[in-house]
Amino acid sequence: MKNYVVRRLLQLIPILLAITFLSFGMMRLAGSDTVQQKMENTGSSAPQEVIDAARAELGLDKPFLTQYFAWLGNLLRGDMGRSYVSGREVFPYFVSKLPATLLLTAASILLTVVISIPLGVLAAVKQNSAADYLIRVCSFVGNSMPNFFVALLLMYLFAIRLDWFPVIANGTGLQSVVLPAVTLAIAMSAKYLRQVRAAILDELSKDYVTGARARGVKFSVTMWRSVFKASLVTILTLLTLSTGSLLGGTAIVESIFMWDGVGKMAVDAIHMRDYPVIQAYVMWMAIIYVLVNLVTDLSYRVLDPRIRLGGMEP
Amino acid sequence: MDALLTYDSVEISFGGTAVVRDVSFSLHPGEIVGLVGESGSGKSSLIRAAMGLLGNNGLVTRGDIWFEGKSLPDLSEKEMRHIRGQKIGMIFQDCGASLCPIRTVGEQIAESMAAHGTADAAGAKAAALALFSRLRFRDVERIWNSYPFELSGGMNQRVGIAISVLMNPSVLLADEPTSALDTVVQREVLEELLELRELFGTAMILVSHDIGVISAMADTVLVLRQGHVVEGGGTRAVLDSPQNDYTRALLAAVPRLRRV
Repeated sequence: MKNYVVRRLLQLIPILLAITFLSFGMMRLAGSDTVQQKMENTGSSAPQEVIDAARAELGLDKPFLTQYFAWLGNLLRGDMGRSYVSGREVFPYFVSKLPATLLLTAASILLTVVISIPLGVLAAVKQNSAADYLIRVCSFVGNSMPNFFVALLLMYLFAIRLDWFPVIANGTGLQSVVLPAVTLAIAMSAKYLRQVRAAILDELSKDYVTGARARGVKFSVTMWRSVFKASLVTILTLLTLSTGSLLGGTAIVESIFMWDGVGKMAVDAIHMRDYPVIQAYVMWMAIIYVLVNLVTDLSYRVLDPRIRLGGMEP
Repeated sequence: MDALLTYDSVEISFGGTAVVRDVSFSLHPGEIVGLVGESGSGKSSLIRAAMGLLGNNGLVTRGDIWFEGKSLPDLSEKEMRHIRGQKIGMIFQDCGASLCPIRTVGEQIAESMAAHGTADAAGAKAAALALFSRLRFRDVERIWNSYPFELSGGMNQRVGIAISVLMNPSVLLADEPTSALDTVVQREVLEELLELRELFGTAMILVSHDIGVISAMADTVLVLRQGHVVEGGGTRAVLDSPQNDYTRALLAAVPRLRRV
C-alpha cells in the first residue's frame, strides 16, 4: 500500500520532465516571444539592437535546449525564475493565485454535489415519471449552454438587474465567489445528473436489489445502504476528475468574472509568452492530475472491498 | 391438513401476453412441490408471483394465490414486505448475487432480520452463527464477516439458504437453487434443503429444469409446458409411469450415466 503510493509519486518525475519539455518546445513554436508581444501591446517600435538586447537579457537568443536545461537547472536549485512581464518571482506569484482557485473549486464542487446527487437519485428512483423528465430536460438545457453564456446570463440577472452580487469580483470574498461558482456548478450538475441517474439505475437493475426485496428489506434501506454506496465509486471518480480540472483553473469563467486565480494567470501568461509562469502552471497541472488520480484510486480501495481485499491494484 | 399456499387458476401475463395459464395446486406443511419444465415454461414466474417479484410489466391477471387467508396478488407493497423473508422465504439460483457485493454477509443478515423486527444486530449474529454451526459450516465467524465475493459459489448458495430459513418462514420458494453448481456441491445443497425440512418442517416449492433434482426432492410434481400444467401428482407415480408425451420426452432427455 505504502509502496504503491510511493511508486505512483515517483512516476511524477518522468511526467514532469516530459511535460515541461513539451510545453517549453510548444511555446517556442508559437512564433513570437515575450519581447515581441510587449512591443505589440504598447504599439511602439524599437530599433533591432534594443530588441536583441532585450532578448539576450532574458536568454531568449540562446538555442532551445540550452534554454530548457538552464531553466531545469534553476528549478532543481529551487528557483523557478522571474516573470518576464512583471519581473516578480514566479513561485510566490503563483502561490498568491492559489487561494482564489481553491475557493472557487471548493464552492463549485460543493454546489454540484448538493444539486446533482439528490436530483440524480430522484430521477433514477422515479424513472420515467414527470419528475424524471423535468430533471432530464433541465440537465439537457444545462448541458447545451456554454459556460460563458451562463456566466453572462447570471451577471445580467443577479448582478445588474437584482444587484445581489458584484459584476466582476472585488477581491476573492464569499460574495464574489457565488456567481462564478454557480456558473461552473450549473454545467457540472447538468452533466453529473445524468451520470448519477445512470449509475443508480445500473445498480437498481442488479439482482441484489431483488434479493433484498425478497428478504423483506425496505426499499429506502436498500437504496441508501447498498445502491447508493455502490454507485458512489462511479460518482466519486467523476467528481475527483472535475476537481482536477477545476484546480487547474477555469480560464473562461475566471476571465469573465475577473476572478484572480491560476486559470486567468495562465491565460494572461500565454498571451504574453511569459515562459516561466507558463512552466509553473504546466507543472502544477501535472502534479494535480497525478494526485487526483491517486486519490481516486485510493478511494476505490476504501469504497469497494473487491479491490481492497481482492488484492487488485486499481 | 390445510394447505399453506394455494394457487387457484392462476394466470400470469407479461406486457399483456399470458405466459402462465390456469395453474392450480396446493402446498401443504412440510411438503416439497417440484415444478419442472423447460425454460420459458413459466415455472419461475409462478413462484415470483407469490412473492410479488414479477417485475415492472408482470402481473397476475387471473386467479388467486392464497396464503393465510389472503390472496397475495391483492396485497399492498407494504403488506407484502412483511410476508417476504419472514413468512415466505426465497432462494435464488445465484444467492451470491442476491447479496450486495460491497457489504458483508453479516451486515445484510442483520439488516434483513431488523426489517422484520426479528432481532437486533447482536441477536441476528447469534442466531445466524448458531444456524451456520448447525448446518456444519466451518469458520462461521469468518463467513459472517465475509463479502459475497470471498465465498465460493457453493458456499454462497448454502449461506443464501441459511439466510432464507433464518427468519423461520413457513414456506420456502427455491428458484433453480442448484443449477449453477457442480454435481458434488449440488448434492450437498439438496441434502441441506432436506435437512432444513426435517429441522423446521418448512414447506418448499422447488423450481428446476432438472428432472433428476425434482425426482430426488419433491413429494409432488407438476410438469409445466408453455404455461400449462401438463401432468401432476405424486412424484413417484408421475415419473415412474408418465402419462403425458411431454413428460416422457423430458425424462428421456435426462442423460443417464452408467457405472462401468
